[in-house]
Amino acid sequence: MIGPIEKDQRRFRQIVHGTIRRDLKRYVSSGDLIGGGERGAVSIPVPQIDLPHFTFGSGEGVGRGAGEGDEPSEGEAGENEGQHILEVEVGLDELAKILGEELELPDIRPRGEASITAEHQRWSGIRRVGPESLRHFKRTYREALKRQISSGLYDPANPVIIPVRDDRRYRSSQVRRRPESRAVIIHMMDVSGSMGTEQKEIVRIEAFWIDTWLRHQYKSIETVYIVHDAVAREVSQHDFYHLRESGGTKISSAYQLCLEVIKSRFGSGEWNIYPFHFSDGDNWSSKDTSTCVDILRSEVLPRSNLFCYGQVRSAYGSGQFKRDLDQSLPGEERLVTSAIADREGILGSIRDFLGKGR
Amino acid sequence: MNLPSSLAAMEERIRDSAKRHGLNCFDTIFEMVTEEQLDEVAAYGGFPTRYPHWRHGMEYERLRKHSRWGLSRIYELVINNDPCYAYLLSSNSVTTNKLVMAHVFGHCDFFKNNAWFRHTDRKMMDRMANHAVKVRRIIDRQGVEAVEAFLDKALSLENLIDFRQLGEATPPLRSITPPAEDQEAEAEPNYRLRSRDYMDEFINPPEWMEEKKRRHAAEVEAEKRLPGGPRRDIMALLLERAPLQRWEWDLLHIVHDEALYFAPQRITKIMNEGWASYWHRRLMVDDILTDDEVVDYADTVAGTLVEGRSLNPYKLGLELLLDIEERWNKGQHGLEWENCDDYARKTTWDTHEGRGLDEIFRVRRIHNDVTFLDTYLTEDFCERQKMFVWRRDQRTGKREKVTNEFRPVKETLLQSLVNGGAPVIEAVDLNHGNRGELLLEHRHHGQDLRPDFADATLLNIAALWRRPVVLLSMQEEKPVRWIAADGAVRMEEVIRA
Repeated sequence: MIGPIEKDQRRFRQIVHGTIRRDLKRYVSSGDLIGGGERGAVSIPVPQIDLPHFTFGSGEGVGRGAGEGDEPSEGEAGENEGQHILEVEVGLDELAKILGEELELPDIRPRGEASITAEHQRWSGIRRVGPESLRHFKRTYREALKRQISSGLYDPANPVIIPVRDDRRYRSSQVRRRPESRAVIIHMMDVSGSMGTEQKEIVRIEAFWIDTWLRHQYKSIETVYIVHDAVAREVSQHDFYHLRESGGTKISSAYQLCLEVIKSRFGSGEWNIYPFHFSDGDNWSSKDTSTCVDILRSEVLPRSNLFCYGQVRSAYGSGQFKRDLDQSLPGEERLVTSAIADREGILGSIRDFLGKGR
Repeated sequence: MNLPSSLAAMEERIRDSAKRHGLNCFDTIFEMVTEEQLDEVAAYGGFPTRYPHWRHGMEYERLRKHSRWGLSRIYELVINNDPCYAYLLSSNSVTTNKLVMAHVFGHCDFFKNNAWFRHTDRKMMDRMANHAVKVRRIIDRQGVEAVEAFLDKALSLENLIDFRQLGEATPPLRSITPPAEDQEAEAEPNYRLRSRDYMDEFINPPEWMEEKKRRHAAEVEAEKRLPGGPRRDIMALLLERAPLQRWEWDLLHIVHDEALYFAPQRITKIMNEGWASYWHRRLMVDDILTDDEVVDYADTVAGTLVEGRSLNPYKLGLELLLDIEERWNKGQHGLEWENCDDYARKTTWDTHEGRGLDEIFRVRRIHNDVTFLDTYLTEDFCERQKMFVWRRDQRTGKREKVTNEFRPVKETLLQSLVNGGAPVIEAVDLNHGNRGELLLEHRHHGQDLRPDFADATLLNIAALWRRPVVLLSMQEEKPVRWIAADGAVRMEEVIRA
């Protein structure tokens, strides 16, 4: 049975999703989805609708107890002010769960599930024979005790238990076969002159969340970072987020390098491969674009679970590349393209990318 | 659900202990609920039956997320009603539930005895349920969309009530009747004092008589514009004067009624929580706590008193009550103490007056948060509690510490509590410009209104008033005027000749 509160809740959700009462949509605040700040704090968006009321504009108030120079932490401003952003410290795994729940992301079905298995040994069995080094003392004692009591040899005044050969119990290992899946994320980013600080920040946030989600889905995961302008190269994680290059843009260079990396290191077929490419959508020439399409169609896409292209809007970018990809590779299941207008768009774009469950 | 027998016995003991300590409570009924049930009840503001509205659903979703992710949890929930209803969480430890019970008795005593609660309906449980029935009935007739849209408008006016009325001897208008028939203009009173002819010029000087006449005319004029003078209870004004349909009137009336019910809790939050915290401490430590529970108890208490994001009302209220108790026990009050400049003497001041408990009982009877802090917040206390003023930096959006001086701290704190923390807005003219427009005035005390919300709220008022609504206020130190008419709102600077 659905209680009254569930009805209210459903109505609220419909408003948030914009299916009813569009007039209220503008009061919906979702909050930023930002993770991995300096203190490991994470903001989780909890949609809220604030009904307008007369209230004060500027923030001012009294705090208590913080030491000199400390910045008092953000927070709720009283019971009637809706609290929009929860800043909490949670583990990455927990975070991924929350993310999945929020964006209604499906769990990923890894490929090659059956073919790749790993053997695990677990010391969960008991046997009657075995080496003395594996003797299970407690079980042995218990067997001996049982035998002595049932045969009347047990004397409570002098409780000496002496195991015989038959009482001995030994630990044994059992082998379990478990399917194991491994995955690699290949992040590619355009660092040409047109990608500004804000664009990079957006990429950073999005890449963080994608990593978090995929890490939650796969036990072992590897990450490769590639940056490109006119030429592409593999870099460390730190460099990936901090580099600022300039110059032209040749996207095919990155795809070429990506392909090489896949072939040389992750080519054995047991890898789930997730290439992500972020750029502002400007490419050197349409000739290069068709090279990109060729590489994608014949080489990269067949090897990948999912190829995601995220196009960050920038003041200089034309945004042509996404259009080209969509036109040249229509109906390609493994390709997802998404346009990210600003920070607000990050959530939607993550949902685009990971909503397929591939 | 009934209490398990161990807790039922404990309830008896805590009730006795509370009584012995001088608390005077309504009958209190405890209910044991699961976390999910508690979230549901809390989303409805503590009442099991409320009218349907998405806002409750939103609150429920937020609370559920908080409990599921372990961010925060509700320890206690108690309703101002006779009998008092309070909820205990089944997943709490026995110690915590004992603590909650002791805490609840504190609240219950406060509800019953604080002057600002005297007009609240103590059968609110039933009343809320009746409201729910009524709203559902209106939904059946008018459709859920129309009702919800109207409720959203009405709820956005929720804080436009008059908090001062709560403490007055006559109860705030709950059942509002249409205005009486127009009265005939009163004859002008005779100001002329009796005097002999030759003294008349001195006893009734002509300029003075003129002044009197002018004042009277102004009063009559003001009375015509808005009988009874400026009104803060704008919701009540709309109920009396706005051309509402019957079902709209009923809905607005319900919202107004419930707003009045919750208003006292809003203006006594610090005291109420402080008082309950004070008493759970006393009762637990004096009578209830067993040795093996001390750690669990301390842990829970520490959780409630932690200074988290904003000023914690539990902590501030408790500390201030303890401070008052100590000061009145030692006689640290009155003119002599205040004028004492000798720091050493002041800190060791002790006249063994021993009236601490009396004083805090007096506080709980007559004060609200504003008068409480105004009367008892001392410089010493501010310093000991390391209180400071923060301001949000326009550029970075971060909070920054401004000062920890006593005067600004106290002023900012009081400012944030005055009028329930809401801007003071009064209706001053029902027939503004002789065009039937409603004129509102924001009593500006240094803080501007949030403009986008003011826009939307004014539109909501205008939709009920069915004529343009004008609001006078200040933005960035300039007088401004908002005008909401025909579904659009604009703000303009007022240029005074």
